[in-house]
Amino acid sequence: MSAIAINPVHRVVRFYEAPIGKKAIMALTGVMLFGYVLAHLLGNLQIYGDPQQINKYAAFLHNPANAGLLWVARSALLLAVGMHIVASLQLWKLKNDARPVAYVKKEDAAATYASRTMMWSGPIVAAFVIFHVLHLTVGAVGPLPQEIGPNEPNVRANVIAGFSNPAISAFYILAIALLCTHLYHGLWSMFQSLGFSHPRYTPKLKMGAAIFAILIAIGNCSIPIAVMVGLVK
Amino acid sequence: MRIILHIWRQRNASDKGKMSRYEVPDVNHEMSFLQMLDVLNEDLIVRNEEPVAFDHDCREGICGMCGCMVNGMAHGPLPGTTLCQLHMRHFKDGDELYLEPWRAKAFPVVKDLVVDRGALDRIIAAGGYISVATGSAPDGNAVLVPKENAERSMDAAACIGCGACVAMCPNAAAALFTGAKIAHLGLLPQGQPEREQRAIAMVAQARQELFGSCTNIGECEAVCPKEIKLEVIARMNADFIRASLTGR
Amino acid sequence: MELNSKSPTGPIETRWERHRFNLKLVNPANKRKYTIIVVGSGLAGGSAAASLAELGYNVDCFCFQDSPRRAHSIAAQGGINAAKNYHNDGDSVYRLFYDTVKGGDFRARESNVYRLAGISLNIIDQCVAQGVPFAREYSGYLDNRSFGGAQVSRTFYARGQTGQQLLLGAYQALERQIGFARGIVTRDLISGKIESHFADAVVLGTGGYGNVYYLSTNAKGCNATAIWRAHKRGALFANPCFTQIHPTCIPVSGEYQSKLTLMSESLRNDGRVWVPEKKGDKRAPSQIPEAERDYFLERKYPSFGNLVPRDVASRNAKAACDEGRGVGESGLAVYLDFRDAIERLGASVIKERYGNLFDMYNRITGEDPYKDPMRIYPAIHYTMGGLWVDYNLMSNVPGLYVIGEANFSDHGANRLGASALMQGLADGYFVLPNTIGDYLASNKFEKVDASHAAAREAESDVQAVTRKLLDAKGKRSVDSYHRELGKIMWEHCGMARNTEGLKHALALIPPLREQYWSDVKVLGSGEELNQSLEKAGRVADFFELAELMCRDALERNESCGGHFREEYQTPEGEAARDDENFAYAAAWGFQGVGQPPVLHKEPLTFEYVHPSQRSYK
Repeated sequence: MSAIAINPVHRVVRFYEAPIGKKAIMALTGVMLFGYVLAHLLGNLQIYGDPQQINKYAAFLHNPANAGLLWVARSALLLAVGMHIVASLQLWKLKNDARPVAYVKKEDAAATYASRTMMWSGPIVAAFVIFHVLHLTVGAVGPLPQEIGPNEPNVRANVIAGFSNPAISAFYILAIALLCTHLYHGLWSMFQSLGFSHPRYTPKLKMGAAIFAILIAIGNCSIPIAVMVGLVK
Repeated sequence: MRIILHIWRQRNASDKGKMSRYEVPDVNHEMSFLQMLDVLNEDLIVRNEEPVAFDHDCREGICGMCGCMVNGMAHGPLPGTTLCQLHMRHFKDGDELYLEPWRAKAFPVVKDLVVDRGALDRIIAAGGYISVATGSAPDGNAVLVPKENAERSMDAAACIGCGACVAMCPNAAAALFTGAKIAHLGLLPQGQPEREQRAIAMVAQARQELFGSCTNIGECEAVCPKEIKLEVIARMNADFIRASLTGR
Repeated sequence: MELNSKSPTGPIETRWERHRFNLKLVNPANKRKYTIIVVGSGLAGGSAAASLAELGYNVDCFCFQDSPRRAHSIAAQGGINAAKNYHNDGDSVYRLFYDTVKGGDFRARESNVYRLAGISLNIIDQCVAQGVPFAREYSGYLDNRSFGGAQVSRTFYARGQTGQQLLLGAYQALERQIGFARGIVTRDLISGKIESHFADAVVLGTGGYGNVYYLSTNAKGCNATAIWRAHKRGALFANPCFTQIHPTCIPVSGEYQSKLTLMSESLRNDGRVWVPEKKGDKRAPSQIPEAERDYFLERKYPSFGNLVPRDVASRNAKAACDEGRGVGESGLAVYLDFRDAIERLGASVIKERYGNLFDMYNRITGEDPYKDPMRIYPAIHYTMGGLWVDYNLMSNVPGLYVIGEANFSDHGANRLGASALMQGLADGYFVLPNTIGDYLASNKFEKVDASHAAAREAESDVQAVTRKLLDAKGKRSVDSYHRELGKIMWEHCGMARNTEGLKHALALIPPLREQYWSDVKVLGSGEELNQSLEKAGRVADFFELAELMCRDALERNESCGGHFREEYQTPEGEAARDDENFAYAAAWGFQGVGQPPVLHKEPLTFEYVHPSQRSYK
């Protein structure tokens, strides 16, 4: 044998079999989820505008004419979440298989809190998302959502009612904090996973990821706080 | 000074193994870490106890043979330093040190602190080379290599295959090792013809050896005695992804 | 015994080409029917195994480390010579040949050396093609530097890790072939299993025997066991007393010292060697004014200065220390100072050239060589002697080939810097793959297996030695004996030797050897990884080899290269060769442990480079 031999399996199989393939999938689905988080936040921030603005926005989203698009977006997001979770579970298993005997003593040399806790922040955020949907979209938790008319939810009233409960607000703030540590590591790390690293840009990317994560945290946390201190009534 | 050691003792691959406590009462500041272990072993022989098996050879930081976890850090606390180059002046009287072998499914323990790192050889055998037959090379100056590329290639080629990256990685991944070879060869014009096959074959072999997956944490970079950068992993990812997308 | 070197005659420029043409070839389809065992996976063994496997032979390569990539060739720092003349500074194959014969103090075969110099060109090409990241100029062309013993710039390098990069090249070439004497007997280091391996030819590329001295720049595992056991079974051992002392090593710091670390000789390009003028001057180096410093190499050898060959540099350092002008706590060191180079070139250039060496020095000593001069002292580094081989690199035992540092062939009494890597790769990539076919094609082989009487005898010998070492159950550790042997050798058969000292050593070694066998303490069993047992077997061989080295040194009543006999020196204190009586390679035959060996002489003739006293003034 004298040249590099490659196992003849289908290239998609080969790609996904490799940890790098799974990480690439996580990075790509991560980008979609990040995009959603950003869009969701921008939508939510309309609560600070004219009292009717956010409800108009909600009505626009729920307009039956847009239902097709909404479901396309929702399906894509669900698929991304699903793939993100499946790949992460497979990698989690790989990690456990790769070191069956743990160290008696182990220090961290460089790992950030965010990078070490991805496997905790991820599931907690997922649980939070489920709660969030049950809480404010379906209304299975907490006060029943109010509607202005068919397909016109009274988002503003629902948010105010929901965040008037300090326990729920506290849980939101905690979950958002975790989401943002998850985003911080994920945001710069996806560039590395997809093969981009440069001594000049990577430190800036890390900085950018941190700033973005903090801004998103501030934006999201500001809403329950604003409700509780009475800024949004 | 006096150093207290807790060392993993395991007779052979099938033995269960356990931590044992030892004391080295008279450690000189100028000693290297391995010389301190030599002193311990000489003392154990006097006491009719079997000396601690640990891998070592060149003792000048280049063969990649030595290494174990010292208080949870691969090669001990000093960055950019193999265990043999770590000197006792970096410790103080009464320090308690835990010595454990590299832990990974792919690195089975042979005895005490000695592990089998054959998996790394098999990753190289999968594609970590340029297929040139002896005697067929053109003149050395027929292929020009930009100085910057030669330097970056050398940065990656400095890997000594010690396995500290795997040992330190929370996922027991061999990404830094594999990426270093892919980057070394991929940065040179000579390495271009096989660049894509190399990435695919080496990455697949690492998976087969049951190494874990890189999650971009950076523990490997922090303990690499040759200070190889995470950048090489990104290069490996890029080569692998490109090869997977464009390969025919 | 008549030693037939098989050296070709006629014009030296075409000897190798003509010789190669006359060698018999093995048909490509038949190559896979032959099995070749290669012991050792360093530059010589690794490159040979890779090239032989590439040709189609079945190759089994053995090493004692956990991976072939760890062989001690990896530690060579400075570079590899090649007569490329890329710098237009007057280099040529002939000049490299001339420098090597002269540097070896006229104790090497001219034919071998010329071949080596010629092949140096192919080695660089081969290594570049393999992806060895040699240093480049901004234009992308290969960079060179100069090295001890030469006035041209012909050394190619990859930072301070040239050996590592060349070895990884050979290792990768070997790994590419994976899926790949009439035999050797090995003890599996992990299971303790003793096994016989059979082949049509055996190649030993097992390196040098510097670890006889206990403290050397060799790796801890380096040993003479393969060549010594081959010697005990009939292979002649040539010039065992030719050992090289490297001038730039980090001095010993205490009794616990387990090895010595070399700082590449390339440091002498920019570093200046000095000691204080005054004896016992204990001032810090920065406190000693220029006028009170003695740059002794520059003073005594104005044309070569700090770049004199290793033996000259080492002896002068020892002389300065013997005069009481040594520095550091022990007084056994001289300064290697970069102050002027840093002023001239800037710290960044020095960092680029020697950064990793400076870091290494700093890690070991805790001192910063950018600020204070390094302290250096000579140490055992390389052994020019080894098993006797003919021009085809075959020993006097048919089918047993010896390559690299393990043979005696190319460096005479002293090796020039950056030539060891060159020889290892020349032997492995280019010489052996050509010559071994001649032996295979000229002989018919019977099938040999484990039931063969010779194999059974060898196996039971190995078992007996193992048993004896484990059963001695004495009082002292292997290392304590090794250290004692090393001290005797360093004292009496080291940098300078004399009749009295050598005789003294010959009186001390046999009783110590006897004591070793009855009093050594090896714990554990022979059925598992047992590092003490590994060492014990190697030290047993070192004892016997040490005796032979002293005998050879005593027999050679002259000074040449690394062999400096105090009785034989010029009035200026330089080595005085005796070409009339000692222009030969001394090939010793084994007669039994403790028995005086027999000496066979291979006369050396010099048709091209006429013996003259080496002068580096």
